[in-house]
Amino acid sequence: MAKDSEPAGQTTFVTRGLTKVYGEGPAAVHALRGVDLEIPKGEIVVLLGPSGSGKSTLLNIIGGLDRATEGDAFFEDQNLSQMSDRELTLYRRDHVGFVFQFYNLMPSLTARENVELVTEIAEDPMDVEKALHLVGLGKRMDHFPAQMSGGEQQRVAIARAIAKNPTVLFCDEPTGALDSTTGRAVLHVINDVNRELGATVMIVTHAAATAQMAHRVINFADGAIRSVEVNDHRVSPDEIEW
Amino acid sequence: MGALNHKLLRDLWRIKGQAGAIALVVAVGVLLLVMMSGMISSLDETRRTYYERYRLADVFAPVVRAPEKMLERLAAIPGVDAVEGRIQGGALVEIAGQDMPVRAQIVSLPPWREPRLNGVYLADGRMPQAGRTEEVLLLRSFAKAHGLTLGDHLSATMHGSRRDFRIVGIAQAPEFLFTIAPGEFVPDDARFAVIWMNQDALEAAYDLKGAFNEALLKLERGAQVEPVLAAADALLDRYGGLGSYALEDQLSNRFLSEEIKGLRTTSSVVPPIFMAVAAFLLYIVVSRMVQSEREQIGLIKAFGYTDWEVSLHYIKLVVAIALFGAALGCAGGVWSGRLLAGVYQAVYHFPFLVFRVEPSSFVSGVAVSVLAAMAGGLLVLRQVFALTPAVAMRPPAPADYSRSGALNARLKRWLDQPSRMVLRRVVRNPGRVFGAVLGIAAGMGLSSAQLTVMSGFDDTLDQTFDVIDRSDVAVTFFEQMPDKTAFALQHLPGVIEVEPTRSVSAVLRHGTESYRGGITGLMPGARLSRAVDADHADIPMPDAGIVLAKALADILKVGPGDQIMVEVLEGRRPVLEVPVARIADTLLGAPAFMKLDVLNRELNEPGRITGAYLRVDAQAYPALFAALKDVPSVAGVSRKSDSRAAMKKLMDSGAGTMRFIMAAIAGIITFGIVYNTARISFGEQARDLASLRVMGFTQGEAAFILLGELAIVVFLAIPLGVAIGYGLSFLVAAGFSTDLYQISTDFKPDTYGLAGGAVVAAAILSGWLVKRDIEKVDLVATLKTRE
Repeated sequence: MAKDSEPAGQTTFVTRGLTKVYGEGPAAVHALRGVDLEIPKGEIVVLLGPSGSGKSTLLNIIGGLDRATEGDAFFEDQNLSQMSDRELTLYRRDHVGFVFQFYNLMPSLTARENVELVTEIAEDPMDVEKALHLVGLGKRMDHFPAQMSGGEQQRVAIARAIAKNPTVLFCDEPTGALDSTTGRAVLHVINDVNRELGATVMIVTHAAATAQMAHRVINFADGAIRSVEVNDHRVSPDEIEW
Repeated sequence: MGALNHKLLRDLWRIKGQAGAIALVVAVGVLLLVMMSGMISSLDETRRTYYERYRLADVFAPVVRAPEKMLERLAAIPGVDAVEGRIQGGALVEIAGQDMPVRAQIVSLPPWREPRLNGVYLADGRMPQAGRTEEVLLLRSFAKAHGLTLGDHLSATMHGSRRDFRIVGIAQAPEFLFTIAPGEFVPDDARFAVIWMNQDALEAAYDLKGAFNEALLKLERGAQVEPVLAAADALLDRYGGLGSYALEDQLSNRFLSEEIKGLRTTSSVVPPIFMAVAAFLLYIVVSRMVQSEREQIGLIKAFGYTDWEVSLHYIKLVVAIALFGAALGCAGGVWSGRLLAGVYQAVYHFPFLVFRVEPSSFVSGVAVSVLAAMAGGLLVLRQVFALTPAVAMRPPAPADYSRSGALNARLKRWLDQPSRMVLRRVVRNPGRVFGAVLGIAAGMGLSSAQLTVMSGFDDTLDQTFDVIDRSDVAVTFFEQMPDKTAFALQHLPGVIEVEPTRSVSAVLRHGTESYRGGITGLMPGARLSRAVDADHADIPMPDAGIVLAKALADILKVGPGDQIMVEVLEGRRPVLEVPVARIADTLLGAPAFMKLDVLNRELNEPGRITGAYLRVDAQAYPALFAALKDVPSVAGVSRKSDSRAAMKKLMDSGAGTMRFIMAAIAGIITFGIVYNTARISFGEQARDLASLRVMGFTQGEAAFILLGELAIVVFLAIPLGVAIGYGLSFLVAAGFSTDLYQISTDFKPDTYGLAGGAVVAAAILSGWLVKRDIEKVDLVATLKTRE
């Protein structure tokens, strides 16, 4: 079942000559070598590539977690490269949702409270229960992370990420720690979020199959973009071949 | 070296900061242990060597006038090894440039030979030549206090006649480590001189040709003192024996013994606290390490290492840290012990100091630290054993907080999520929170106890010199005088008020308890020097009975209404049986008071006094002292401000230094625990904090979650610290209180406020240090790791 949602014609991210160098001198590692990129609003974008190809580095920089060594990264019309730490924090707080490979839930808070943690500080959050219903956890809201499976924990993490009504949702290996069935369910949730909230979704993954659900697939190698493919034949996560 | 040992070394290097901090706590504990036991054994050993080398007598037998032939009789007492007779007496010394005459004790040196007992250490110069009556030795501490040196002249009034002397030697002696003027409570180098001169010079001055007024007895090894004292008293009775006493009652020796006793108390209380803290910290750190290395542990076990081999690895780690700390502590203990020994040598006027650390204190220092570390480490072993390879290699389940559920319903209404995180962490690890609370409270208690005791000294001074003694100057006479002598003082320049007093030496007995002290006779309605109760109200002198200082009542184990025996050691030497009328609150000395005329009546010597308290116009001091020099009956004049200063100096030096060090170290250790608590909490929550930061929490908001726990710990620790400090202050004060002086342990809010404030300051500083780490957290790297 392919369902095409037209990109709105605006861009969420634009990068120009984005370069990231770790270390100095002979030990310097070039994680990004002058990346130019445009991410249209409302798309699901999958970043593929081997370890160390630079895809996570890109995600971290446009996610406001890291800074480029050179070049500019624009979120809408704001230049992230020129933001202070405090401004980056506010950028993450107001616009960005993160989902990580290892969930990163607060073990001392229940599912509901983990989500509330974000809604308490967000500008325009959605209802906490709605967020949890969206990820199919309406009945396990008062469980602690220790009482949940990995897939459930990842869904809480997604609920937590979307509850603030983010402009962009970043997912770094969201299915990396999950089996295929659970992984597929998680991707399904991500797909729904994109469709229903209109959030731009960026997924970094090793699993090439994930690309089948993307609007756009960016292939990375050696810190540079090898290719950008627009996917005209998107499939539902249920149909992804693993 | 095996692979695990490589890992051990690398692990140690990786956690070097925290390992170093813990090793330091261990080191401080061991340092104190080694230093204090070293100090104690050095003081003991030095005293023993000094006493032995200069043949200090075991028994002192003062007498009015005994013929020399009695020495043979004394020597024949069973158990007596050697006997020496000597002449000693009081004198007033004039020092150029000093308006006030200084009291002195003159001691005879036998002609043509060394004293058989109570030898003299010649620090400088030479002994007086036989036949040279003007040549004297002067006590070194006194010479130093007044800048007197060889060749200087002294003028002394002995028995009413003034004579000039020349200093030919500067001397020290084991019997004068502390010098205290008769009737005073406080040793003071500057205000009491000891002068040695040829016996013939003294025989003439005190009219004791062919006689002695003090016998010194050295006992055979293992001989009992009591029978010798009784036999000596029996022999000397008819010559005016003043009651013999043993070395342990000799004033200088008593001061030293009390100091050593105080050190001993401190050394038994403080180091164990440090060790317990170190054990706790080690447990937390290693336990956390095992948690974060569960995969490695699983892997190592999967390779076929046994539980014990893996456990041994962690035990080695703990022991390595402990041993490092112990080694540091031993070295530091010897170093600081030597340093402190120098201080003590000066304070106690030892001509030399044998610094010796018992090998056993090294052994116990190392053993205690290793045991403490093992105690911490063994608890961790349970965790290592519990990890099967399969379990270990799976990512850990999130810490289970579901048991804190009972809290949940109530939490919901009141608290936001960050506060819930803080509170649930506390509820989930009550043992650990309690440990941290206890550790901080112990550190705080220790420092506040030391501070309380330090300010307790000030109370002792205030009470003694402002409440009890309100005079400006105390005058003592050579012997008992008619009371009109005191009233003659009224006409001296600047004298506003005169209050006569009489003191007699006496042995007080109750059952098997006895105390060699004195009785002070007070005028009815005494105002300048009085006895007061706990509320500082006057205690009127009763017409019958005796008023005892609290310390004395404790020694004799008596209360009001009990009968005690008083053996007066002067005059007709009556033995009185008197009821205890009241207990007086005094903090200096252990005096006993009676109404002056009642005392005189008991002695059959009406209208006699031995001294007077004066209230004086401060402007007139020089004129008054000049006038007093010309009153032949005056044996001594002491200004209250000098006594107070001397007391203050005594309390600040020696044991005072130790207390200061203790308070400082306790402060450092408190900071160490606070900081470690913050660090450990940071280590455990680094990932959560990074997640929060990623989600858009500001540094401040993230810090709240991290430091909230610390705040709760500190909040709980402070009241407990006050309680512990209050309890410890009694222990420490009791350790330092003696019949020579007592330390008030009144609850002093300011010292606890200071200690509590220091804990809060330590928490703020630690919080700030750790918050800087939050700023440095590599968000990306932290999130990528799997904990």
